[in-house]
Amino acid sequence: MQIIKDKHIVDDTWQHISDDETIPAGDVTLSLARWQQEKHTLLHRAGQMGVRLGSTDDVAVLADDIKRLALIELVFADFADGRSFSQAWLLRERLGYSGELRAIGNYMPDQAFYLARVGVNAFQPEKFADLPVMLAKLNEFSVHYQRSVH
Amino acid sequence: MYQYNEIDQTLVDERVAQFRWQTEQFLRGELSEDRYRHLRLRNGIYIQTHAPMLRIAIPYGVFNSKQIRMLAHIARTYDKNYCHFTTRQNVQFNWPKLEQTPDILAELATVQMHAIQTSGNCMRNTTSDHLAGVCVDEIEDPRPYCEIIRQWTTLHPEFDYLPRKFKIAVSGALNDRAATQLHDIGLHLVKDEAGVIGFKVLVGGGLGRTPIIGKVIRPYLEQQHLLSYLEAILRVYNLFGRRDNKYKARIKILLKETGIEKFTALVEQEWQLIKDGRELSAERVEEIKAHFAPPAYDNNAADDKNFDQHLVKDNAFATWVKYNTTAHKIAGYKAVFISLKSPDAPPGDMTDAQLDAIAHLADSYSFGEVRSTHRQNLILADVHQGDLYGLWQQLDALTLATPNIGTATDMICCPGLDFCSLANSGTIGLAKEINEALDNMDYLHDIGEVKINMSGCMNGCAHQSVGHIGILGVDKKGVEWYQITLGGSSDNEAAIGERLGPSVAKDEVTKAISTILAVYVQQRLEDESFLDMFKRVGITPFKEQVYADN
Repeated sequence: MQIIKDKHIVDDTWQHISDDETIPAGDVTLSLARWQQEKHTLLHRAGQMGVRLGSTDDVAVLADDIKRLALIELVFADFADGRSFSQAWLLRERLGYSGELRAIGNYMPDQAFYLARVGVNAFQPEKFADLPVMLAKLNEFSVHYQRSVH
Repeated sequence: MYQYNEIDQTLVDERVAQFRWQTEQFLRGELSEDRYRHLRLRNGIYIQTHAPMLRIAIPYGVFNSKQIRMLAHIARTYDKNYCHFTTRQNVQFNWPKLEQTPDILAELATVQMHAIQTSGNCMRNTTSDHLAGVCVDEIEDPRPYCEIIRQWTTLHPEFDYLPRKFKIAVSGALNDRAATQLHDIGLHLVKDEAGVIGFKVLVGGGLGRTPIIGKVIRPYLEQQHLLSYLEAILRVYNLFGRRDNKYKARIKILLKETGIEKFTALVEQEWQLIKDGRELSAERVEEIKAHFAPPAYDNNAADDKNFDQHLVKDNAFATWVKYNTTAHKIAGYKAVFISLKSPDAPPGDMTDAQLDAIAHLADSYSFGEVRSTHRQNLILADVHQGDLYGLWQQLDALTLATPNIGTATDMICCPGLDFCSLANSGTIGLAKEINEALDNMDYLHDIGEVKINMSGCMNGCAHQSVGHIGILGVDKKGVEWYQITLGGSSDNEAAIGERLGPSVAKDEVTKAISTILAVYVQQRLEDESFLDMFKRVGITPFKEQVYADN
């Protein structure tokens, strides 16, 4: 599986573990619920940790964990649900998250530019074939009226 | 008026290129109907009953002769030689071909126009007072702040996929002519005790299915904090607004369900966290204000004697001046309404020939600028009184001088069943019928100020719930019926109209309106207005007469 990260097409080296799977070695993402339940038992794990957020999740619950996380995935169930854009902004600006922030699920390449402006730096398109399109769309506008996240 | 700089022009050009690609992708079958729908709506394109409809933004209702000529060109080249002005000061074309819409947008971009965010669940065109900068009751010109908001709302990365559409209106005068209490956010320019300009912030007003009057959440906001406060409101709405039911998704429902105290606390809390470091600089405000500097007025305009002579000699001219012009802050000037409510044309419609002629008149008599109003008329805002007679004659020849501004035939009317796929009732035919019933100008003028607003469905595009007389088309088992409300207002003392009684059949509507007006004429005290009389007597006398035969 390939994704876009920092405007380059790269391999996804993470394993995305469902709630009933055993956590393997290596870098893994978990659902927010599982993360909250098991985070204390994962303190001395060797691999990097990541969390998947749905659009209705309150990002503030990650405030104390933010430095432990190397990847946060914003999962779009519906591209018209714009809450993920505010989640991204809050993670970067309010919680000071500096790890990888990745958009996955049902969203449009046409939204990638906006997502980048609110702090998303990695993109997994729905279809592998959309990778070059999405990459191009990150440069769709050369100007903007609003300031970007830091 | 505001002139684009390189950034503005580049943004609009790049948006056209983006939309062209999206449309081509859709036409090739590579972009789904659902996804393309969201993208095209954000570029002003609806699919209507007959064809796509393209809604073009006129930011806060201000445009110029060059842009009007472009609208005329588009009407001729891509449409059926006319366009329609809307209640949000925008303009619509009803017959473009979908595959040609990118070309139309590219042509518009050459004259600094666009259709960005004129529909869809995003921040829409900011509206304002159509007399901004020229009215006698102004506290501060709202247009520079509207422009600052226009830029901030345009392609905002965080707030382009909101729960529902979002509308902002700004008023800078003592009399609210921008219906700010009926917007998602209403801003009033006010002065604090030291005379410093700031904003009173209202939230949660709106029309549609659940008409609600907005509430003040901050009586005074320092102007440098304008954008951070808007950002706080929008972030709270984006995160907490309902997305499970489109009829409960507007911010007015969030405010109602959360309660004003808690909602205000959420906004204030968010704002405290972001306000520092993103203030509008005084230089930035001044830079935008410079775009709205007054034109080169003739200081001796009031010395002109021709105007008074024509008033005395020509009754028709005097009547037009009385109804279709209004006071100007500069002595010897008037703001002139161009009535788009001639009895022979659908309300708000203009032909390409009329557009070209208005462009010429704007250049000759009003420094090349035109305004659109939320009651679907146009304004030449800066006319020398010595030019009024000549202007009137030319407008009259164009059938744009019907002296009916503010009267019962100056109706707001949506396109209705004839064009709109949402509508369940006709409006244009009915407007014509009511117009014919009120064809006696003396009677119309005797009735005086009555605002009739008519919508073809619950979405309420014509603001029927705040019409002095509101008419709402409803569908009853495939038959068109109309619900009448009385006493609504979008002015300072905003009010939602009260229902008269059971809805009436289509062929009874004109009679009902005539009866309502007759009751008013019979029972008014001296020069009492329709709205004042309604407040005094209530709905009963009207109800008794309208339903007397049933």
